[in-house]
Amino acid sequence: MLNLVALILLFPLIGTVINGLAGKRLRKETVGYLACGAIGLSFLVSFMVFIGLLQLPPGERLFEKHLFRWIESGSFISAAALQVDPLSVVMILVITGVGFLIHIYSIGYMHHDKGYHRYFCYLNLFVFSMLLLVLSNNFLLMFIGWEAVGLCSYLLIGFWFEKKSASDAAKKAFVVNRVGDFGFALGIMLIFLTFHSIDFTEVFSAVSHGNFEKGSFTVTMITLLLFIGATGKSAQIPLYTWLPDAMEGPTPVSALIHAATMVTAGVYMIARCNALYLLSPFTMTVVASIGVITALFAATIGLVQNDIKRVLAYSTISQLGYMFLACGVGAFTAGVFHLMTHAFFKALLFLASGSVIHALSGEQDIRKMGGLKPHIPVTYKTFLIGTVAIAGIPPFAGFFSKDEILLEALVRGNFIYWSLGAFAALLTAFYMFRLLFMTFHGECRVDHHAMEHLHESPKNMTLPLVALAGLSFVGGFFGIPGANALEHFLAPVLGGHGHTEVSGTVSAGHHGAWLPYLMMVISTAIALVGIFLAYQMYIKKPELSKKLAERFRLIHKLLLNKYYIDEIYDAIFINPTKKISTQVLWKVIDVRMIDGSVNGIARLVGRIGSVLRHLQTGYIRNYAFYIVVGCILIIVLAVFGR
Amino acid sequence: MITITHYLVLSAILFTVGVIGVLIRRNAIIIFMCIELMLNAVNLSFVACAHYLNSMQGQLFVFFTMTVAAAEAAVGLAIIVAVFRNKETINIDDINIMKW
Amino acid sequence: MLAYLFYIVAAITVTTAVYLIFEKNPVFGALYLIQTMVSLAVLYILLEAQFVAAVQIIVYAGAIMVLFLFVIMLLNLDIGEETKNALPYQRIPAILMGIALFTIICIVIRSKILQGKQDQYTTAVVQGVGNTKLIGNLLFTEYLLPFEITSILLFVAAIGAIMLAKRKL
Repeated sequence: MLNLVALILLFPLIGTVINGLAGKRLRKETVGYLACGAIGLSFLVSFMVFIGLLQLPPGERLFEKHLFRWIESGSFISAAALQVDPLSVVMILVITGVGFLIHIYSIGYMHHDKGYHRYFCYLNLFVFSMLLLVLSNNFLLMFIGWEAVGLCSYLLIGFWFEKKSASDAAKKAFVVNRVGDFGFALGIMLIFLTFHSIDFTEVFSAVSHGNFEKGSFTVTMITLLLFIGATGKSAQIPLYTWLPDAMEGPTPVSALIHAATMVTAGVYMIARCNALYLLSPFTMTVVASIGVITALFAATIGLVQNDIKRVLAYSTISQLGYMFLACGVGAFTAGVFHLMTHAFFKALLFLASGSVIHALSGEQDIRKMGGLKPHIPVTYKTFLIGTVAIAGIPPFAGFFSKDEILLEALVRGNFIYWSLGAFAALLTAFYMFRLLFMTFHGECRVDHHAMEHLHESPKNMTLPLVALAGLSFVGGFFGIPGANALEHFLAPVLGGHGHTEVSGTVSAGHHGAWLPYLMMVISTAIALVGIFLAYQMYIKKPELSKKLAERFRLIHKLLLNKYYIDEIYDAIFINPTKKISTQVLWKVIDVRMIDGSVNGIARLVGRIGSVLRHLQTGYIRNYAFYIVVGCILIIVLAVFGR
Repeated sequence: MITITHYLVLSAILFTVGVIGVLIRRNAIIIFMCIELMLNAVNLSFVACAHYLNSMQGQLFVFFTMTVAAAEAAVGLAIIVAVFRNKETINIDDINIMKW
Repeated sequence: MLAYLFYIVAAITVTTAVYLIFEKNPVFGALYLIQTMVSLAVLYILLEAQFVAAVQIIVYAGAIMVLFLFVIMLLNLDIGEETKNALPYQRIPAILMGIALFTIICIVIRSKILQGKQDQYTTAVVQGVGNTKLIGNLLFTEYLLPFEITSILLFVAAIGAIMLAKRKL
């Protein structure tokens, strides 16, 4: 059954090709069924592969499927081969499962769009690329998947490309990603130089059996470069600026790409390379620090945003920060666990917000919403479940994963990590419930025109919401402490360092057996405090928010304008680059030097010609003279040349 | 004793005179005659070599050269006649429209 | 005695040639050229090439130069040369080039670079068979192909001359 793994990639590819080439001529229903069917079949095959993997004994759960010979250049070998092991199986189940639900949702959401077939073509291509990324068995193939998801995110963010803000956002996403990809590519080259191979199995076994001491410079550089790629793809500081603008794309796109799958590629990559990262304490510190700072940073910005999708975007950046924090302290399993649960509830939140926007005929500003609870009940209930999950209330999914991260941060990291993470959790609970209250509760601030068209979304949009809500509820039980199935499953890949046993037998840190339970209580308490504050500010006394904004006007302005980071980047990077490109590279080098030299050669030939043509005087006697001179020269050369 | 060198030097002198004539004179007919002079000089060196090398090849070649010279003179003079009919001059400095 | 003859005839040849290149009147120039050819014929006789000498006089001096004179008379060119000289500065270089050419040729002659193989037609043999007869033998056996081609060449030249000089095609 494991041999079927290539089919997982094949179905979305077929979907892309057919929809891309013939989509315009097919009926809308056919396009939709084709795309969803492809992903659905991929999900079934992924599940079969999962069963097949389970049938292998735990220590041998690694299956490689070689597709064809691709690059063999001297010692640089990169085969087109797929690797099935616990980590990639978790990823493909999440990708195809959540992707399938999002595809179904898209049928309803994009029904009236005239680019319907193009949308599904790109969406399938995206799933294909993401699957390629997680299934590949060497760095180069993964890099191809990495770049391809960047391309698809460009295509999908700029889906409504006639809108200038959308195409600008797409360009921004692609370029910022590219900066990260540059670091990633350098990392791959350095890996090849060091290990003479880019195959995962070879590299990681060389690391464990080799004699690289901890903190060696080469490994630190490799991991830092790879991490730069991860910051670009997973929107961490400093390369996160593209993700909020990426909300210009259709909401299902935001759900799939920017919540569930693409942005998690960075976390996947770090988890995959955990052997390398564990050898480099410096990079781990960097990763954890950037992760927790980003989590806090994005949470503060999300406090005051007024666009429903922007709030969710910043919360995505914040939750990704948590995943990096987990990886940075060595708790890779916790990071992957949070990746999984985050996929569920963030996709749910995005899709539910899409349902709200759909119901309100396009309104996205939460100041113009409110009191929608009685009108769109299914959306409300699922949104509520998602919000509770992200806030970290047991027994929903987000609680277990976030709690585990905070525990590991405290035990393996230090108190600062924990405190910053806990504060960010407080803010998360606060702003998510702020979002919920302002959208669904309170007085109705919707304008009349939208009120007339207010309706619950069709079945094909609400059913995925319900499914995802269910997953958000039960998803946490995969990693419940004490019977951590996920950790055992991922142990062969993530080295078993992933989790601190509750009973304290595997000690990655010294603590008592009571610590995990105390942490659970504290985390729940933090979440409840956040909810209470939001309730106070937005339900009980709505004018309190305005008064606070007035009092702390400067801070409010700073947060509202995202700390002016975009403007700072513009001033430091964008404008100088544009100036250099225009003044130096274009006007001087391209026009004067390159064009000038090419034209200059032509002009030179012309000038030489205009000088030489004076030889043609038209007088025969001149020509006769030249003949005689030539004749003399020939005789001299022939006779005396030898 | 007259060796072959004498004849060859004489031929060289005649050839040179012919060359100078071609380069200096402006009358087309005179230039033609100088060309004939050059051909004759070459004929002389052929016959001289034939004599001093006890060969007949030189004389036979003179035969052919003379034939060709005759043909060339005929055609050349026809051209001069044609040019003269058009331009009313045989000063070759006036026939210079192939300039740049 | 033959040496004196050679020197005298050579002197005449060179003198008339030099007069040719400085002569303004084309008719006189043609006459000088005829004289040059006749003295060359004498030299050919000195070189035991009687047939060539005869052909020189008959064809060159008798036909070609007469053709020249016909054309001169036809075009009324006996008046003399026009005065326009567009390239006055070519005189000196021309003479220098001529002297250079002569020097080079003499150097080549003296340097014994040019070697030839001695053939079997010594003077005795030639006088025995007869110069004309020998030429005829060779012409129609060994050199038959050039002979035939030359006849075609003359034919073509005749047609060419007629076409070129016609008033109307």
